[in-house]
Amino acid sequence: MTTTVSPEAIKAAQVQLDAHLKEIINWHFSPETGCPYWLAWAQKNFDPRKEINTFADMLKFPHFADESLRDEQPEVWVPAQFKGKPFNIFETGGTTGMPKQRIGWNDYKVDYSEFSEKISDEHFPRGGAWLMMGPTGPRRLRLAIEHLANVRGSSCYFIDLDPRFVKKLISNKQFDVAKQYMAHVVDQATLILKHRKVSGLFTTPKLLEAIAEKVNLYDAGIRGVFCGGTSMKPQEVRFIVEELLEGRIGFYPTYGNTLMGLAASVPLLPEDNFSVTYYAPQPRAVLRVVNPNKTDETVAYGEWGRVELTTLTKEFFCPRFLERDEVIRRAPRAPYAWDGVGDVRPFGAMEKNIVEGVY
Amino acid sequence: MNVPHIPVLRLGRSYESLEKNEVKDHRTGEVMATVSTVNGGIVKRDLAKISSARAALRKFTVAQLMEMSAKAGELFLNGTLPFGDKGHTQSAQQYIETLSQTSGLPHVMVKRNMTKIHFALTNMKFVLNNLSRGLDLSILDSGGGEQFGTKLSFFPTCSALGLVMPSNSPAVNSLWIPAISLKTPVVIKPGKEEPWTPYRLIQAFIGAGVPAEAFGFYPTDHDGSATILNNWGRALIFGDKSTMAQYANNPAIQLHGPGWSKFVIGEDCIENWRDYIDVIAGAISDNGGRSCINASAVVVPKYAAEIADALAQRLGPVQPTKPEDPNARLSGFANPKMADFIDAQIDDGLKTPGAVDVTAKYRNGPRKVTFEGGIYMRPTIVLCDSFAHPLANKEFLCPYASVVTCPQNEMLHKIGYTLACSAITKDPKFIEELEGFAEIDRLNIGPVSTMAISWDQPHEGNMFEFLWKRRSIERAW
Repeated sequence: MTTTVSPEAIKAAQVQLDAHLKEIINWHFSPETGCPYWLAWAQKNFDPRKEINTFADMLKFPHFADESLRDEQPEVWVPAQFKGKPFNIFETGGTTGMPKQRIGWNDYKVDYSEFSEKISDEHFPRGGAWLMMGPTGPRRLRLAIEHLANVRGSSCYFIDLDPRFVKKLISNKQFDVAKQYMAHVVDQATLILKHRKVSGLFTTPKLLEAIAEKVNLYDAGIRGVFCGGTSMKPQEVRFIVEELLEGRIGFYPTYGNTLMGLAASVPLLPEDNFSVTYYAPQPRAVLRVVNPNKTDETVAYGEWGRVELTTLTKEFFCPRFLERDEVIRRAPRAPYAWDGVGDVRPFGAMEKNIVEGVY
Repeated sequence: MNVPHIPVLRLGRSYESLEKNEVKDHRTGEVMATVSTVNGGIVKRDLAKISSARAALRKFTVAQLMEMSAKAGELFLNGTLPFGDKGHTQSAQQYIETLSQTSGLPHVMVKRNMTKIHFALTNMKFVLNNLSRGLDLSILDSGGGEQFGTKLSFFPTCSALGLVMPSNSPAVNSLWIPAISLKTPVVIKPGKEEPWTPYRLIQAFIGAGVPAEAFGFYPTDHDGSATILNNWGRALIFGDKSTMAQYANNPAIQLHGPGWSKFVIGEDCIENWRDYIDVIAGAISDNGGRSCINASAVVVPKYAAEIADALAQRLGPVQPTKPEDPNARLSGFANPKMADFIDAQIDDGLKTPGAVDVTAKYRNGPRKVTFEGGIYMRPTIVLCDSFAHPLANKEFLCPYASVVTCPQNEMLHKIGYTLACSAITKDPKFIEELEGFAEIDRLNIGPVSTMAISWDQPHEGNMFEFLWKRRSIERAW
């Protein structure tokens, strides 16, 4: 399998990104299409329609202050062209206090319809039922997974896990209760797998491990696992692929969140040594791997840096948001003609213990 | 030559993880080996294979396994054994040097630890005979039999023996050695700084003919430790007071925590205290003061100041030496933060009135010292005016002891749990009280070091009774 990407393909992707960027900037900063938040911002700062011509110009924007997603009413994010159309409200985080919210209409469907083309029918047979075991509630993921299943002619069972509750339990050192809650979630999923025909599974690494202790996933009918939600070190990926999925079930790790959408991973090759690399759904979202101390600069390929996300859809514009993750910057790899991010882990993971991966 | 790599041993399968720890020379930082580490999930996956591990041992009789143990003892003490999965080997001398470099134990102490392990391996028949109170061990092979005029049958209490090992003293590995002869696979989490001894022991057993399937060697994380402790039916854990508290009510887990081992001197012998200084000083400082059976308190009805001073005169001047020095008495700290912590704890305790560091005047320098790049703690004897003082009943990973005045009739009310107690008394009444005192695990009467080990007697629990239980049996045919 060839994984190299030609310079021409990289150039073409840049040209496509710049064209898309221009369109999105015009959309969000024109009074007839834009949303109150960005129109007001332009009045106080500069008019991006005049100053942003290529993606390199995005450095003129400061980092997106995601507190505004918490502090402002959702209506300030409604583009004029979407006025009057009810929106979905998706939340992130929110262990304590008011959560951050992103509104949307169709973006999640676009992201997950595109992702459907990246998973094989062998692993996720069309028409075969799915099971989602993970955070549902106010998260985009719940609707997204159901849409993904539906796009493939499938239906989806849901078992909820509330990560805010789990994080609280861990912060309060109520480990026994956290274990009981995990067991409660896994028991429900086990029940579904025993009594219903399910072939596709979405879950998180921890829950995957927990359910694999209860049932042999292959024997239970699972042929594909789509995983996301937390960082996975190469050894953890190897553990999942070799031990839990026994090399017989397709594994699709993803990196994503409410602000970005979904970054798919390229299929693992032996030389990857189980190090997963994700590629943003460019041009709708762009990931840069920046020097944490000089965020205008990207780090070299193969080096660790902090993730900077720019989201560019007609529903949502989010320039240069500094994610709470650090990654290895990876070169373009077919079929993606732009940078990838590898070995995602919480920002500062080497320096401190972070409550992560609880679900 | 490349750095050796120690793989995970998954009950007969060697496994190189993508995550590895480096084990370093405590003085130079040189990487001596990399050690593969795995999560608890891998350990759990291997639970499913444990019946075949036990089956592999069941093919042999106890007598055959004891013979193999003896052979393993020779290989451990003198042999050149496979070392990791990159083609390296390790001679006995290389083991001594490497363990010394990473743990800080001087060669002479490593050798003493080796000798203890060798003794346990080569005298397994003697050890098991005593632990089982003379049981015909072939009864374990056949499942039942008759002895002592009665029918006897035993069943194994566990699928394997889980072990979460410490890094402080290699000889603690001798505790699990009988498990192999008792047909019980072992699943070991080695100490982070001391993978050498369990790994070498496993290689010695395999070299002696014990199936590799009987050994799990899992350098793992907190979750993995919990898996090892909770899933096999029986486990041993070594740790501090807080670790012990977590498992205090679990009879399937044998605890090996702080020993708080002590000398007590009766009123009848106290006038002769000078006669006992040598044995007490040895019990405080042997093995670098790292063992749970090192004395950490000396309880006397009077002359506490004089005894403390005499001990301080012996131990205070002791200094770090080169690791190969045959007279070395101090161990370096593989983890310098541990030395910082101990030094600060002692200094902090001394701020409470009623305690004096008697060694200070004989040490002529700080307690924590650097010598040729290594961190060492020099011996400390603290005179305490009562058991209420925070330093009176402390145990540290270095030669440390308090000397406390306490009337004889109050001693047993004050000393609390004591792993090894050496009572210097001939007073029958006091001896009777000591014998009836449940908080003492090992009792020596007379000037016997707390460090003395009798392999034919239970040491912190009887391994035979831990791994096998008697059942009632009736057979119609």
